[in-house]
Amino acid sequence: MTQAATVVERLHQEAWPHLVASLARRFGDLDVAEEAAGEAFLTAVERWPVDGVPPNPTGWLFTTAQRKAIDRIRREAKREAKQVAASTIHGGTPEPTGPVEDDTLRLMFVCCHPALSIEARTALTLRLLGGLSVAEIAHAYLVPETTVAQRITRAKSKIKTARIPFRVPSAQDITERVQGVLGVLYLVFNEGYLASSGDDPIRADLSVEAIRLARLLRRLLPADGEVAGLLALMLLTEARREARLAPDGTLVTLADQDRTRWSRQLVSEGHALVRERLATGEPPGPYQLQAAINAVHTSAARFEETDWSQVVSLYDHMVAIQPSPIVRLNRAVARAELHDPAQALAEIDALDLDGYHAWHVARAELLRRLGRPEEARIAYERAIRLAGNPAEAAHLAGRRDGLVG
Amino acid sequence: MTQYLLSVHHAELSYTEEQSQEIFAAVDAFNAELQASSAWVFAGGLEGPESATVVDGTGSAVTMTDGPYVETKEHLGGFWVIDAPDLDAALEIAARGSKACAVPVEVRPFQSAP
Repeated sequence: MTQAATVVERLHQEAWPHLVASLARRFGDLDVAEEAAGEAFLTAVERWPVDGVPPNPTGWLFTTAQRKAIDRIRREAKREAKQVAASTIHGGTPEPTGPVEDDTLRLMFVCCHPALSIEARTALTLRLLGGLSVAEIAHAYLVPETTVAQRITRAKSKIKTARIPFRVPSAQDITERVQGVLGVLYLVFNEGYLASSGDDPIRADLSVEAIRLARLLRRLLPADGEVAGLLALMLLTEARREARLAPDGTLVTLADQDRTRWSRQLVSEGHALVRERLATGEPPGPYQLQAAINAVHTSAARFEETDWSQVVSLYDHMVAIQPSPIVRLNRAVARAELHDPAQALAEIDALDLDGYHAWHVARAELLRRLGRPEEARIAYERAIRLAGNPAEAAHLAGRRDGLVG
Repeated sequence: MTQYLLSVHHAELSYTEEQSQEIFAAVDAFNAELQASSAWVFAGGLEGPESATVVDGTGSAVTMTDGPYVETKEHLGGFWVIDAPDLDAALEIAARGSKACAVPVEVRPFQSAP
């Protein structure tokens, strides 16, 4: 790759969200912002290899994009023979232009606004903040490009006509809205971590993108515990990526993973974040607790050395703040490692999760340990039918076939 | 400022006398709050869909049909028209309105003046 191309690629990762956000803020229109940012990068791709990289490439991109945006607005104003509405994204009273980071945070809240459908939120976030193309998003979600394009267009149109504001939410509802942003990022991450459908079991690009956006959000909201918690959770999960698939494409569970293949760098970064949150003494939210649970797992050199009592106590904490059947299921699985598997099975059987594949997996594994292979076989079958991911189905089929009796 | 229509769509409701009184009181209180703020434009509750008549003036003769335009389980029971600076402000008011009238509220912006 030429030096110019390398710089463009790096800036596309680093500067794209800020560029779109700053244009959106200045021109009050997401369409204009998206298009002008895209054109500026296109111009850079064409010109830099010939003219050389300008001394201040980021500044050059901002200036070029602004010029493109003004050109477009003039063209439209001429075509429509009227003044383009001064501002279509409403931020209340105009404020002096703040640091670029503030605009990026505003853009995040717009893209993840609860008034948009969840599909629209993920598509908008990946397009406007992640800089992914419509084709890339369509590929990652295994839907036609026209579907993604339509979702983005509709969402932008709703933002404009319903007047979703381009601002950071008030102190009163910022916690809830940050939760909404984190929810979108986690959804993107999980889709990449363990794809729910399709043949490509781990769509790494989505996980990497989600981590990149979580890092960005952490820079914007460094004091927010749940932002740090989600980033740590993602890093500690991502650290195990290499070890999660066998050469034949079968999923390898935590118990059987080759722990030397975990990314030490990601593990230590995740641990540092968890320690940072513990040191604040603030009560942790669900992401921080899940990160802490993952920190316990990634601290053990071997599965047998896992500090299960700590895992169970973290799950107790989780159940206290989020008493969902899935959290109870996870706690029961951890308890089975610490106490009596029969008791854990009774707890699991009491949960109403018949449509959830992990519930059947947990039952199958406990029935196996309790020497009830026939019942275990039935549970594996149910789990295989419900598992959308081929790597996981292959792993479960292997477990089923290994049953003795 | 944008005007938003907050509309209340619901199926046949079966409340006890006491529940109805509670809801009326809550809606009255919410309306009073709204009127005291700058958001209030207009609001009203509608009689039942059996009171509706559809008038069609598109043909050469005007025709009239008894009953609502669309036969559905849910129908428009009432609405507020409010002034709000943006969607977040409208959603916040709608949340309070929904709580008061004990059914979901749809929020839709009016087209802005050309």
